[in-house]
Amino acid sequence: MPELESPQQTSEETRQEARRALVLCNVCDYCSGYCETFVAAGRRRAFTDNDLTYLANLCHNCRACFHACQYAPPHPFAINLPKVLAELRQQSYRELAWPRPLAGAGWAALPMAAAAPLLAALILPRDVLLAPHRGPGAFYEVTPLPLLVATAGVIGIWSAVSLTIALIRFWKKTGGGAPKAMLRAVPGALSDILSLRNLDGGGHGCNDVDDSFSRLRRWLHHALFYGFLCCLASTASADAYHHLLGRVAPYPLTSLPVLLGAIGGVGIVVGCVGLAFLKALADPRPNAATTQADGAALLASLFVVAASGLALLAFRETAAMGLLLTMHLGATFGFLASLPYGKFVHGPFRAAALLRAVMERQTPPVSPIR
Amino acid sequence: MQERCAPDVLVAGGGVAALSAALAARRAGASVLLAEQAPEALRGGNVRHARNLRIMHEAPSRLFPDSYGEAEFLNDLRQAGGGFCDEALARLFVRRSADLPQWLEDHGVAFQLPAAGALPYSRKTAFLLGGGMAMLNALYRAARKMGVRIAYDCEVTTLHPDGSAEMTSAGRPVTVASRAAIACSGGYQANRAWLKQDFGDAAENFVIRGTSFADGGLLRSLLDGGAAPSGTPGACHLVAVDARSPPFDGGVVSRADGFRFGVVVDRNGDRFHEEDDWSGPNRYSAWGREVAARPGQIAFLVLDASGVERAPPSIFPAIVAESLAEMAGLLGVDPENFIRNVTGSGRVKNSPFHAFPIRPGVTFTCCGLKVDKAAHIVTKGGDPSPALFAAGLIMAPNLLGAGYLAGVALTIGAVFGVIAGEGAARHARA
Repeated sequence: MPELESPQQTSEETRQEARRALVLCNVCDYCSGYCETFVAAGRRRAFTDNDLTYLANLCHNCRACFHACQYAPPHPFAINLPKVLAELRQQSYRELAWPRPLAGAGWAALPMAAAAPLLAALILPRDVLLAPHRGPGAFYEVTPLPLLVATAGVIGIWSAVSLTIALIRFWKKTGGGAPKAMLRAVPGALSDILSLRNLDGGGHGCNDVDDSFSRLRRWLHHALFYGFLCCLASTASADAYHHLLGRVAPYPLTSLPVLLGAIGGVGIVVGCVGLAFLKALADPRPNAATTQADGAALLASLFVVAASGLALLAFRETAAMGLLLTMHLGATFGFLASLPYGKFVHGPFRAAALLRAVMERQTPPVSPIR
Repeated sequence: MQERCAPDVLVAGGGVAALSAALAARRAGASVLLAEQAPEALRGGNVRHARNLRIMHEAPSRLFPDSYGEAEFLNDLRQAGGGFCDEALARLFVRRSADLPQWLEDHGVAFQLPAAGALPYSRKTAFLLGGGMAMLNALYRAARKMGVRIAYDCEVTTLHPDGSAEMTSAGRPVTVASRAAIACSGGYQANRAWLKQDFGDAAENFVIRGTSFADGGLLRSLLDGGAAPSGTPGACHLVAVDARSPPFDGGVVSRADGFRFGVVVDRNGDRFHEEDDWSGPNRYSAWGREVAARPGQIAFLVLDASGVERAPPSIFPAIVAESLAEMAGLLGVDPENFIRNVTGSGRVKNSPFHAFPIRPGVTFTCCGLKVDKAAHIVTKGGDPSPALFAAGLIMAPNLLGAGYLAGVALTIGAVFGVIAGEGAARHARA
C-alpha cells in the first residue's frame, strides 16, 4: 500500500484537513442520509478543536461517504473524510488518556499471555503446574485465590479510574451537559449504541470492502460486543456462585458462568477473526495507515483472551490446565491493564458521542444554517 | 493495428443514460459493450455531481410527500423548454418517469427517504442516498453482474447507420461490429473550442462544472453525418460559481451563493443587478447568466461583517479587507467607482469586508440530437435511423430547449436510456 504513505502530519495539520473536509461536506450535503456524523456536522458552521473531537468519535468508519464522494481522489479536492476522522479519533484517545504517558500501550495482553505461564513455570513446582487438577478448587491449586483477587482488584480499579478520567475529559471537552438533558437522551443513545444504527448507511449497510453495501461488519461487531458482554456476565455470575452460593470453581459445563463464558468466547473469536479478515480485504484508500496498529492490537488482545479461555475450558481436566489457566489469566490481566490506553477507548468515547448526538437532536437549533 | 469486437449493442457513454441503456438492452437479451471515455476513477460524466430525480407521482409515497401529477410536470417542462419542448416526447417521458424509482431500486440504487429527516422538503424530486456517485457505483455493479462488458478509456468516434461503430481504446482504433448503437455521451460543455464558436472569447472565462470528458466528439460527428439537431444552438446552462473553482468537476460545492446578503459589482466596480431580485432556486443560474454578460466574465460579491454571517458557508476562503479601499486593491477594481457604488448601495456597512470572486460555470450545453419517441436518432431528412439511438443530455434539448428543471437531467437519462436500450436490443436481435 505505498500510496497510503503520506508525510507524518502534526495534530494541527490533521485538524485543519478535517475542517477543510467538513466545511465542504456541509456545503455538499449529499451524505446526510448515511449517518449521524453529517447531521451533527450540519449543525455547525465552523469547527472548533472540540467539535472535531466529537465528530471524529461519532464517525463509525463505515466508509460509505468515501465511496460516494465525487471529491475523493483523484479529484483535486482530495476529500477523504473517514481517513482524517480516524486520525483525529486516535489522537483523541492519546490526548485524553490518563496518565498520558501510558497512552498508546494497547498491546499488553499479548506479552502477558506469554509471560504469565513462563513466570508460573519458574515459580511453581512441575508437579503442580503440569499435573491434572480436578474438582472444586482445581484452579486455585495452580493460582491461589487471594493472589487472583488481589491482582484483578488492583488492575481493575486502576483501569476503571483511568478510563473514567478519560471519559470525563472527553465529555467536558466536547461540551459537557446538564444532567437532565443527559438523562433524557439515554434511551435514544442506548438504542444507537446497542443497534449500531450508524453502521446501517441509511438502510443498506456500509461499504465494508468496496463500494457494495454489506451488513457483515455490523454483525461481526455485534458478535464481538455482545460476546464481550457475555464474558463480563460470566465473570459476574461466577463471583455470585462463589460468594452467594458458596460453590467453588471449576463449574460444570451447564452452569451459568461456563455457558455465558463459552458463548461469549465464541462470539469474541468469531468477531475478531471476521473483522480482521474484513480489514485485510477492505479497499485501503479510506484507511488511516497510522491507526491500523491500534485496531490490530485490540483485535489480537481480545482474540488471545477469548481463545485462551475457550482452550482452558476444553482442556481443564488435563495436565495442560495449569499452563492454559496462567496464559488466560495473563492475557486477561494484560488486556484489563491496557484498556484505557489503546483502541478499546473507542467504546466509551463512541457511546458518549452518541449520547451527545441524541442530546443535540433533542435540542432545537438556535439558528438553522439552511 | 485494428481490433474487432462484435456485441449486439454498443453504448457510448458512462453516465446514467448509458448504464440504463446497457442494463435494459442486456435484460432484453442482447450482448452489450459499454464504452466509457473516462478512466474508471472518473467514470459517470456529470452524474457524479447529481443528486435527485424529478419523478411524476399521483400520491404520496415513502419517496415523496404529496403528489406531482402528469399535468403539472408537463406544464413545468413546457415552461422550462420555452417553446422548444416536443409535446409527444414530453408526455411519454413524464409517464415513464413514474416507474423509474422502482426500476433503479431493482438495480441496487438507494434513495434517501424524507422520513429520516435530513432532507430539504422536495415534492417533485427523489433524492439519491449519497448522491450521483453512489448511484453510479450501484448501476456499474449491476451492469457487471448482468454481463455487460464495460470498457474504460474508450471513446466512440463514429456511429455508422447500420449500428456499427469506430472507437479508440486507450488510443488505439477499434472497429465495433455492433448491430445497434446508443449515443449517451452528453453535451459538449468541456470542448472549449466549440464553446468559443458559440460565445466567442468569453468562453475562455467559463468554468466547466462537470466532467472534462464531455467534449461532444460523437455529437459533432453525428451532426456532421446528417443527424438533425435539437434545442438551441449556442445556448448553455450557466450557474454562478466561485472563480477559484477547479477548471472541471467543481460540481455542487463550487456554486456561489449569498448574493442577497451583500452587493455584487463587476470588474469596473459597477453594480449590474438588484441583489434582492432572485432568492429562489433559480438564483444560481440567473446570476450565472448575468456574470457571463459582464466584461471579463467576472464579478465580485462583497459582504460586510454581518452579511458574511448570514450568507451560506463557502468552501473557498473569503478575501478579507478592513476598508473598501483596501478591498478595491485586493480585487483589482477601480477604487473610486467601487467605493461609491458599494457605499451607495447601502447594503454593505461594517468592516471587516469579505469578497468572493464569481465566474459563470457551464453545467451543460443546450444543443443536441433530435430523437423520436423510440429514442431513434432522426436524420435531417426527418427519418428515424433504425439502428441508432440517443439518450441523456445529448438528446435532452428535445424536451428542455435552453431551459432546465432541477432533477430532470437524471430522469431524462434513465427514462430514454431504458427506451433506447430496449429498442436497440430488439433491433439488434431481429
